[in-house]
Amino acid sequence: MTGFSRVQMIGVALMVALIVLAPSVLYPVFLMKVLCFALFACAFNLLIGYVGLLSFGHAAFFGMGSYVSAWTIKHWGITAEVAILLGGATGAALGLVLGWLAIRRQGLYFAMITLALAQMVYFFCLQAPFTGGEDGIQQVPRGKLFGIVPLESDMTIYWLVAFVFLAGFLLIHRIVHSPFGQVLKAIRENEPRATSLGYRTNDYKLIAFVLSSMLAGIAGGTKALVFGIATLTDVHYSMSGEVVLMTLLGGLGTIFGPVMGALVVTAMENYLAQFGAWVTVTQGVIFMVCVLAFRRGIIGEIGAKLKVTL
Amino acid sequence: MFTILGIPGPLLFGQLLLGVINGAFYAMLSLGLAVIFGMLNIINFAHGALFMMGAFVSWMLLNYLGIGYFPSLILSPLIVGVFGLVLEKTIISRLYKLDHVYGLLLTFGLALVIEGLFRNAYGSSGMPYRIPDALQGATNLGFMFLPNYRGWVVLVAIVVCLATWAIIEKTFLGARLRAATENAPLVQAFGVDVPRLITLTYAGGIALAAFAGVLAAPIYSVNPNMGSSFINTVFAVVVIGGMGSIMGSIVTGFGLGVIEGLTKVFYPQASATVIFLVMVIVLLAMPRGLFGKAV
Amino acid sequence: MLEVKGLNAWYGESHILHGVDFEVRDGEVVTLLGRNGAGKTTTMKSIMGLVPRREGSVRYNGTETVGLAPNFIAKAGIAFCPEERGIFGSLSVSENLMLPPIVAPGGLSVDEIYTLFPNLRERAGTSQGTKLSGGEQQMLAIGRILRTGAKMLLLDEPTEGLAPVIVQQIGRTIREIKARGFTVLLVEQNFRFAATVADRHYVMEHGRIIDMIPNAQLEANMDKLHDYLGV
Ligand SMILES: Nc1ncnc2c1ncn2[C@@H]1O[C@H](COP(=O)(O)OP(=O)(O)O)[C@@H](O)[C@H]1O
Ligand SMILES: [Mg+2]
Repeated sequence: MTGFSRVQMIGVALMVALIVLAPSVLYPVFLMKVLCFALFACAFNLLIGYVGLLSFGHAAFFGMGSYVSAWTIKHWGITAEVAILLGGATGAALGLVLGWLAIRRQGLYFAMITLALAQMVYFFCLQAPFTGGEDGIQQVPRGKLFGIVPLESDMTIYWLVAFVFLAGFLLIHRIVHSPFGQVLKAIRENEPRATSLGYRTNDYKLIAFVLSSMLAGIAGGTKALVFGIATLTDVHYSMSGEVVLMTLLGGLGTIFGPVMGALVVTAMENYLAQFGAWVTVTQGVIFMVCVLAFRRGIIGEIGAKLKVTL
Repeated sequence: MFTILGIPGPLLFGQLLLGVINGAFYAMLSLGLAVIFGMLNIINFAHGALFMMGAFVSWMLLNYLGIGYFPSLILSPLIVGVFGLVLEKTIISRLYKLDHVYGLLLTFGLALVIEGLFRNAYGSSGMPYRIPDALQGATNLGFMFLPNYRGWVVLVAIVVCLATWAIIEKTFLGARLRAATENAPLVQAFGVDVPRLITLTYAGGIALAAFAGVLAAPIYSVNPNMGSSFINTVFAVVVIGGMGSIMGSIVTGFGLGVIEGLTKVFYPQASATVIFLVMVIVLLAMPRGLFGKAV
Repeated sequence: MLEVKGLNAWYGESHILHGVDFEVRDGEVVTLLGRNGAGKTTTMKSIMGLVPRREGSVRYNGTETVGLAPNFIAKAGIAFCPEERGIFGSLSVSENLMLPPIVAPGGLSVDEIYTLFPNLRERAGTSQGTKLSGGEQQMLAIGRILRTGAKMLLLDEPTEGLAPVIVQQIGRTIREIKARGFTVLLVEQNFRFAATVADRHYVMEHGRIIDMIPNAQLEANMDKLHDYLGV
């Protein structure tokens, strides 16, 4: 794979090895949840880490992707990979509209606008008949991959999820290291300068936004198939907050940070689920600690210790 | 019974009143957000949680200490304001040299902590807060019955909003505040203790949110989620109004409440989303917001 | 009165002042001359505590001020009129005038300030300070620090970009406030103007003081000065 440094290659190899070996130690369903959120967080990180855009509305893409995948596979009986791709297409289409609106403003306004637009999507989902309102879309079949391979077994679908995650992960890496990605970085460093160099920065930002929301939609669609359910939780703004948390904790703008963050946050939530609202409190505390004392995140800190970019 | 555009008058006026009341809360909350943003350059995501805390403190004062509504109207904002003061001094002031995004993230975390703690302690179902005796009942206005408490809320909210506006636009302290919003280092170089001004501004904005919380307690039940259900809409209000103008925040807040109320009458399905739709239209037509300055 | 020794200042990574030394005695008007970018503004900002990082010593009436926050430096009796004038658009003209708090007795009254700058009296009701003309803004910027009772005034290029009549008016003002016992540190590009008000001139280059010329010897040093300032 081009574009990875040696250390990063080792990191990727390690990650792949862990993905392959982990199901023999940990529950595949837990691991699939981690992988879906890891892809979601990587998608979010593409924006904040490489373009400097803080979207506080990414649940809209994740959630709508999840609804559309769940609905189409349940009612149209399409194959699993098509359902996931439809989730991605939904994320991209929605991202095109919301992104087009939000990039009119910068900085904190951008964050507030994405939050508000996602809240509109949430209310839409609350009322629209196809989402099943408070109940969500339940008993979603996993379908068959290419119409051939049944995915009912957790281990079978695990490989599909692992593949989707890795494909998304590598795609983001390709994007970041392409000439397009270099322009994104230039925009993050100094937008007026990028503009004065003749780049139509808003077009670049919008394309990045659409790519990110597409991957978020794919992550949501995949999650719907794994768990057989799509609900309002997936479009709720606390889901937007959660993906911010994962990325921040793992390390904004690092390659492996979002993956690490997704792992830690998901594990923590699983463990704390029995303690009710303490999950929220813990999340809040992590947010505050990260901002006050740990802005590089886990992977960022490790990278700084080893003096490498991870 | 008379009708307007085929809608029964009492229904129309009833929804309009609800709209104005929601608008009053939008105005008070977005006002605080705007003032805090002007001085601290952070979006205070914890604003909704502190609004909720204002309601809870008044509930606690009543149920644990027997202190009633009217003293609460002063005490609760004071208590929550002091909490805000401590927050600014100990935590938020560490962020001023960082990218503004960190302020948003930190206060988001703060909101989660506050809401989570209250949910742990009191559950999510909500607790009633009785309307004080003096404001029970309703008044016949001829065209509708106005519940006294609701009339009171609208009145008090308008007074508080205008008082805030007057303090900022018409007083000496307000002049310092406006100047510091424009160029804080220079104001400090004139001998003004700007860090203290910033702390007071944050505490003041928080106290305003808590005050709104006390007003809200008898209308909505006192529950840990009451803030977060408001705050997202308030962000849309802030985007629509732009954060440059105090009067702009007030007018936008009330106006959007009314629009929401009318939507409930004429097209109820859209009532939850109408403010966001207005935001989209404003973004398309005037990206800086109705009253916004360049950002 | 003001004693600057080994003053260093940085903006982020860039080291701007490299050990600036000079002094201003009680009741003097002293100028800092130097080309654009020599570090004159940075020197003033460093005295006020408005740079991100500074080291060295700035003593005012014997008190060390490096390490103090700007508001305490102002309270010690130093007032600053910035190069960009710093008039606030969200404040009316009179609010701008009344903004700096009184730090010591002995400042000018509002009436005396209006006597010095009659234009300001007429424009006092203007709702936005920034609606004034450039000259009026400069008068306002100087006027408002005369109110505070600070005895040491730092004026950064008060004549920049102004019409000759107004430059003359500002010259008269500086002589007037000197007569009232104020001490002035003045940054100037225009040394012909500086010669009409100042007692001594320091010349700055690349963040250092490279020369000091008493006003009386200015004529004799013209060649050298032309050389320094590149005019
Ligand atoms: N805010 C700043 N950040 C970085 N460099 C600065 C800043 N302000 C001034 N400088 C640099 O410091 C040097 C001195 O500037 P300044 O003190 O404004 O010069 P002068 O007032 O003598 O014209 C210049 O090289 C200028 O580019
Ligand atoms: Mg200068």
